[in-house]
Amino acid sequence: MSTEIVQKVLAGDVRATARLLRWIDDGRGEARRLLKVLYPRTGRARIIGITGNPGAGKSTLTDHLIRYFRSRDLRVAVVAIDPTSPFSGGAILGDRIRMQEHATDDGVFIRSFATRGHLGGLTSTTSDVVHALDAGGWQVILVETVGVGQDEVDVQRLAQTTVVVMAPGMGDEIQAIKAGVLEIADIFVVNKADREGADRTVRELQMMLDLEKVTQAELAHHGPVQSLLAAAEQRVSPAGWVPPVLKTTAVRGEGLDELCRALDDHHQVFLDACRDPQFVQARLRQQFLDVFRRTLVARGWSYLVHEDHLKQIVDRLQRGEADPYTLAEEAVKAVGGP
Amino acid sequence: MAEERKLRILVAKPGLDGHDRGAKVVARSLRDAGMEVIYTGLHQTPEMIVATAIQEDVDAVGLSIMSGAHNVLFPAVVKGLREQGADDVVVFGGGIIPDDDIPRLAEAGVSQVFTPGTPTGQIIEWVRQNVRPRG
Ligand SMILES: Nc1nc2c(ncn2[C@@H]2O[C@H](COP(=O)(O)OP(=O)(O)O)[C@@H](O)[C@H]2O)c(=O)[nH]1
Ligand SMILES: [Mg+2]
Repeated sequence: MSTEIVQKVLAGDVRATARLLRWIDDGRGEARRLLKVLYPRTGRARIIGITGNPGAGKSTLTDHLIRYFRSRDLRVAVVAIDPTSPFSGGAILGDRIRMQEHATDDGVFIRSFATRGHLGGLTSTTSDVVHALDAGGWQVILVETVGVGQDEVDVQRLAQTTVVVMAPGMGDEIQAIKAGVLEIADIFVVNKADREGADRTVRELQMMLDLEKVTQAELAHHGPVQSLLAAAEQRVSPAGWVPPVLKTTAVRGEGLDELCRALDDHHQVFLDACRDPQFVQARLRQQFLDVFRRTLVARGWSYLVHEDHLKQIVDRLQRGEADPYTLAEEAVKAVGGP
Repeated sequence: MAEERKLRILVAKPGLDGHDRGAKVVARSLRDAGMEVIYTGLHQTPEMIVATAIQEDVDAVGLSIMSGAHNVLFPAVVKGLREQGADDVVVFGGGIIPDDDIPRLAEAGVSQVFTPGTPTGQIIEWVRQNVRPRG
């Protein structure tokens, strides 16, 4: 069964791929086994992240990007992530509404996911989904995420190019500084340029970026101050790229040529950077740390929920028999694992 | 890994009419019942619905049809799913559907038809009883 599905996924079979993605999403043990087999076939896809607040126009832009890459005869996969309702655990996944024109195109695979809030995003599986699609020969993978929680940051790190989409009048610029969006963006898009205030949003963003540039130059001047771990937490992006701020009106397809050109330009810069072994190493380090953290959390969690371990620990805590630090250390020792 | 399985349901609106209120109400109720609902908007062809169901690996497809074309559209979706080897996807639906047509739809492979005014609680209960996570 396992080898059969791997063969099918590698051949780009839609049904098998859809099923594997389900297993990944559900956190099934089989998924990990299959990902190990698929991993050597990854590394070929062009991965583009599209992130920003709900309603900014990400899905509408993604629809145009699908068309652009299809016109170049590339096979395109879309991973569209919407939030899970914290109240019910359910979700309405509506990104496809804007992309249904491509539903029956064999060269397009669109998959919607809910964030599910796996332990606060610490075990999000989006990067595994991207790896599976990459192995399956999907040449362009567009990942649409909302906001910048931990899971989004992870997936945007995996992306080679990240587009941050904003709309005027949503207070997005302010949001951007708070959320640290400036660091993850390779391209800024101010969408809904048909609305009032677009030019102002562009100007304010541009101003913030200029400020950022000064700060970075300053940092670079004072040499490497970061620990290895801090560096690993930061997004690795090619040096010397200045994120452009573009204006689009996605509903009318305006500004899309410029966006596609910026995407291609950045892709070229990315490919050039990949000739530097240190750049590649930094990206691999991040990928590993992402998988490592998820493995740790998942292992720990399955130990805790197994045979009432968590309850026993809390009982001891409540009886005053031990402190949480000792208990946590004991639990970590007990997790072990193959 | 922390395993967590959820029902995934495609709520689709085939046909030419623009009445999507019913579909939206059902989509929201299913979400509130803890399910993941893929919603694709108006004017979906059976081919689009089948392709979407496969790509999204849904457990069931709920169709809302107000245009009177249910005798064509329902069976077309069921047939399309079978042709793709996805015959284990449950197909149910609702809309303005005369009682006389219901047996024929059942014969065509539609598991359940809800007529207007069915309380959403009843639809959710039916889905819980009759739809299982696939794979
Ligand atoms: N006025 C205007 N509306 C837009 C534009 N782009 C998208 N929209 C609308 O904004 C809403 C949200 O778009 P969507 O692409 O779903 O946003 P997302 O939540 O970021 O994926 C939809 O009603 C779109 O039709 C635009 O350029 N101008
Ligand atoms: Mg969207």
